[in-house]
Amino acid sequence: MGNQLFNTIYLVFLSLLISVPIGVAAGIYMAEYAKEGKMLSFLRVSIESLSSLPSIVVGLFGYLVFILMTGAKWNLMAGALAVSILSLPLITTTTEDAIRNLPIGYKNGSYVLGATQWQTIFKVLLPACLPRIITGVILAAGRGFGEAAALLYTAGQSTNINWSNWNLTSPTCALNPFRPGETLALHIWVMRTEGSLNPHATEIANFSSAILVILVLRFSLTARIMSERIKRKSGGSKE
Amino acid sequence: MSNLESIKGGTSQKNTLHKFRNEYFWRGLVTVCGILIILLTLSIGLFLIVKGTGTFTKYHHTLSEFLFSSEWSPMDSANEGGGKVGSAIYIFGSLLTCGLSLLIATPFSLAAAIFMVEISPNAGEKLFQPAVEIFMGIPSVVYGWIGLTVLVPFIKNTFGARMGGFSVLAASIVLAVMIFPTITALSADAIRNVPKEYYQAAYGMGSTRWQVISRVVLPVAFPGIFTGIILGLSRAFGEALAVAMVIGKTRAFPSSLLSPTNNLTAAIAADMGNSADGGEHNLALWTMALLLFLISMFFIFLIHVMFRKGSGSGEV
Repeated sequence: MGNQLFNTIYLVFLSLLISVPIGVAAGIYMAEYAKEGKMLSFLRVSIESLSSLPSIVVGLFGYLVFILMTGAKWNLMAGALAVSILSLPLITTTTEDAIRNLPIGYKNGSYVLGATQWQTIFKVLLPACLPRIITGVILAAGRGFGEAAALLYTAGQSTNINWSNWNLTSPTCALNPFRPGETLALHIWVMRTEGSLNPHATEIANFSSAILVILVLRFSLTARIMSERIKRKSGGSKE
Repeated sequence: MSNLESIKGGTSQKNTLHKFRNEYFWRGLVTVCGILIILLTLSIGLFLIVKGTGTFTKYHHTLSEFLFSSEWSPMDSANEGGGKVGSAIYIFGSLLTCGLSLLIATPFSLAAAIFMVEISPNAGEKLFQPAVEIFMGIPSVVYGWIGLTVLVPFIKNTFGARMGGFSVLAASIVLAVMIFPTITALSADAIRNVPKEYYQAAYGMGSTRWQVISRVVLPVAFPGIFTGIILGLSRAFGEALAVAMVIGKTRAFPSSLLSPTNNLTAAIAADMGNSADGGEHNLALWTMALLLFLISMFFIFLIHVMFRKGSGSGEV
């Protein structure tokens, strides 16, 4: 159980390492640099289709590209990549909305001081909408924890960790991203099929579900409290 | 601006370098990330099309066989054709469970959204909205697990279903519970966005609250509600593991609500790992994935059409 919990958190962490920089950058591009036109509307359609893709389809894509085409075994990294495909749209749209909703004065003030557009974005706009972006990232993480279908054929359905082994290249080292790593959500799925082999399958799956729900609950509550605080802080200056 | 700079040109190379470091490099970087998302979407579509059409190009099955035949016995070894890939049972299973779940969830969702926004906005904002959001965050496997351990035995004991409760009904209920928060949240948003003037005009004519809600608010909010329903439907179509846990996975058309069947996502989830890459079975599963992809694209198209119409009539 502990191993699955660790895998879940580690996998979501890895996926955020990938999806946050790309998502935030793409959001900046959409809000600031892209001109209204074909390119931007095409990007919007892409994001929309990405966000409505069934997760099993993303899982298959991940299986094909990250496992079959690289010739690798099931590994955490492939799972993390698949999950980051799923969380990219959310992070991108959150960033774009956050930047677009900032009062125009922020930008004007910065330009007047002679800042370039990027300096304005990086030193003025991004810090100002950081809480919103973080809220989006927390929501994305919460979804990542519960993801199972996309991991079925990417992260694998088994795990073997030797906690005294800290050699990063070893397949039993906890931190090696290229080892198979079953997550909590997948563990519930596996327990269903192994019900006849393992007499405690039901209890294990119940317990896994409980931990998973508590984990997700904590994250969505945090996101909610944060967005509440943002709302109070901006005190109705907008809308 | 850039012209001016190029005229001044060479005056100081430091200036250009400064400009590069503070603007052009980063602008290029974020542009690449934007393009990356487009490429990612395109490549997912492309891979699905390449793999998914293999059934028709490599093994020469017809589209109508895949869609309408129920004979499913594909060959599993690589490069050997000649089996049957009729997926009608899976497609019908998906359509049936999703349709039923929509029938179950929509009335509840609409009622909940109306209650949240119109009848009791205070409790709605403090209690219902957060509850619905939390609902939305619960992982689908957990829904599936609860369906398996609570709902399936319940159906078995109450209705005496033959297959021990694994049934179309169980799958539809699990899906309905899953899409309930999506439809509710989006409908509530749509209702909240109805302009105040509409209310004032309707109340001014002497309507009761219910008349205002049913004759004015709901029609005006319809595009948003419709979007919620479509998004819920597309979530139901894409859901794999929760359905696979309770649908029973038998390869037969269901004879009643209480009999088990199978659906597209459950078939992919269960069989993908056991099929030889590039074999007939494998490619047939890819074709199913392609079908799911096309269905989700179709839903997006529907929403766009709806909104174009909606915004046209909304701006009177």
